[in-house]
This record gives sequence, C-alpha cells and structure tokens, in this order.
Amino acid sequence: MAEIIFYLFAVASVIGAAMCVLQRSPVASAMWLMSTMFSLAAIFILLNAQLIGILQILVYVGAVLVLFLFVVMLLNLGTASKDMRGPSAIAAAVTISGLLVIELIALWRYTPARLAAEIAQAPEAAAAMFPGGAIAEQETAARGVVGAVAGPMFQQYLIPFEITSILLLAALVGAVVLAKRRI
Amino acid sequence: MPEAPFLGPSLALSAILFTIGVAGVLLRRNAIVLFMCIEIMLNAVNLAFIAFGQLHGVSGQIMVFFVMTVAAAEAAVGLAIILAIFRHRQTVDLQTINLLRG
Repeated sequence: MAEIIFYLFAVASVIGAAMCVLQRSPVASAMWLMSTMFSLAAIFILLNAQLIGILQILVYVGAVLVLFLFVVMLLNLGTASKDMRGPSAIAAAVTISGLLVIELIALWRYTPARLAAEIAQAPEAAAAMFPGGAIAEQETAARGVVGAVAGPMFQQYLIPFEITSILLLAALVGAVVLAKRRI
Repeated sequence: MPEAPFLGPSLALSAILFTIGVAGVLLRRNAIVLFMCIEIMLNAVNLAFIAFGQLHGVSGQIMVFFVMTVAAAEAAVGLAIILAIFRHRQTVDLQTINLLRG
C-alpha cells in the first residue's frame, strides 16, 4: 500500500516538475511547481519526516510560491512567444542533463542491503553502522516527531540556527533595499 | 539497522527532479521560471537528505530545515533583484539582459 502511494506521488512530482519547465506562461509554471511541492510533502511524510512535510507546505507553498506569483502578477508578464533558448542551447541542455541523470541514477542501486554487504566485508566498521537511525527511532518514540527534531536543533545545532536568523535579517533588509524605487 | 523502505527509489526520484531542474535552468529564458527551476533543484536535494536521514538520524531533517531557510531568503532577494532589473529594462528575458557581457 505504501509503495503504491509512494510511486503515485513520485510520478506526480516528476510530471509537475517537467510541466513547470515546459509551460510557457509563468503562472502555469508556478501552479505545476505547486503540485510538485505538495507531492514532495507527501513523500516526506511517507519517509517518516512528518514535521518537514508540513513545513514544506507552509514554507514553500505558503510563502515562496506566493512570492513568485506575486512578482509575476506585479510585473504583468504575459505568455512569451519565444521563451525557450535556441536549438544549440537545447542540444547542450539535453546532453548535459542526460549525462547528469545517468550519473545520479546509479544511486538507485544504493540500497541498505548492498551497503550492509559492503560493510560486512569490514567487520570492525559494522559496530559503528548507522547508530544515528536507531537513536532517532528511540527519540521519536519517546518524545514525538517534533521533539526528536527540536532537541538536536536547539542543542547540537544551536549556533547554525542563530546564524540562520542573521541570514534572514540580511535577506529582509536586502530585499527591501533592492525593491525600493531608485537603485 | 533501522528500516529505510524507500531509500533507493527516493534517491532516484531526487536525481530525476534535480536533472529536470538543471534542464530548466539551461532551457528557459524567463528569469522568474529560472528561479522556480532552482527551487526544484533545492527540493530534490531536500529529498536526498530526508532519504538518508532514515539511516543517519534526524540531522538530515535539520539540514533540510536550514536549506528551506536559505531557499526562502534566496527567493526573496532574487525576486527583488528581478524587480529592480525589470524597472530598468522592462523585461525579464535573460537573452536581452547582457549588461555584464564583455
């Protein structure tokens, strides 16, 4: 059952991404991107990352995509007659992305069973094999989905978290300065 | 070893989505659609982080949290830059924005 749902949303996300690239109108692209984001949120929940799945909907669909749509409508962009690049650029793009997908798709074979077989050839590494996953499962059982993520975030990753706030402040000030009348 | 049911398929999906994003960046001329393709690539990376997070603990999910923050900041600043360029040139077509070309 879970497999059917996973592949359903996987196909939906790939179709959404492809249509986002191929649609001429920027508004249509944004709508297809939204379907991709929703499908990915469902996949995140299937992969036991419930908090990130909800954050995906809140942050990407609720904030980033609304910002995109807002700018598209503010600029009043119609459907461009020629939005794709020239034939040589298309050939280059197809070649580059074909090579990239062949390279990345090799990760399909990277399953836990194969990894376990590889580690079994070096037994001294087996004890250290994935302690984090088991600890995370215990944490989730003890403290809930949000608590298991929030604990390390505010202890182990506290300084990156605080730096993030400075980044957001810089982005806020930068966006206001850039979007002001005279620059 | 913890259960990781969809590790391989998730990584393959991540690869396909990342490639679609790269193809979009190479193909499209509209600056706003180009930003959307960058968001697709960031989402593909997030999916890989979540898939490996099943094995390696919640650190992957925390990384995704940071990536989302950076993506939101990048979208805000990038769209402000597009707005500023549009005021000067009345277009977001990247073929005609070649001020820095030598």
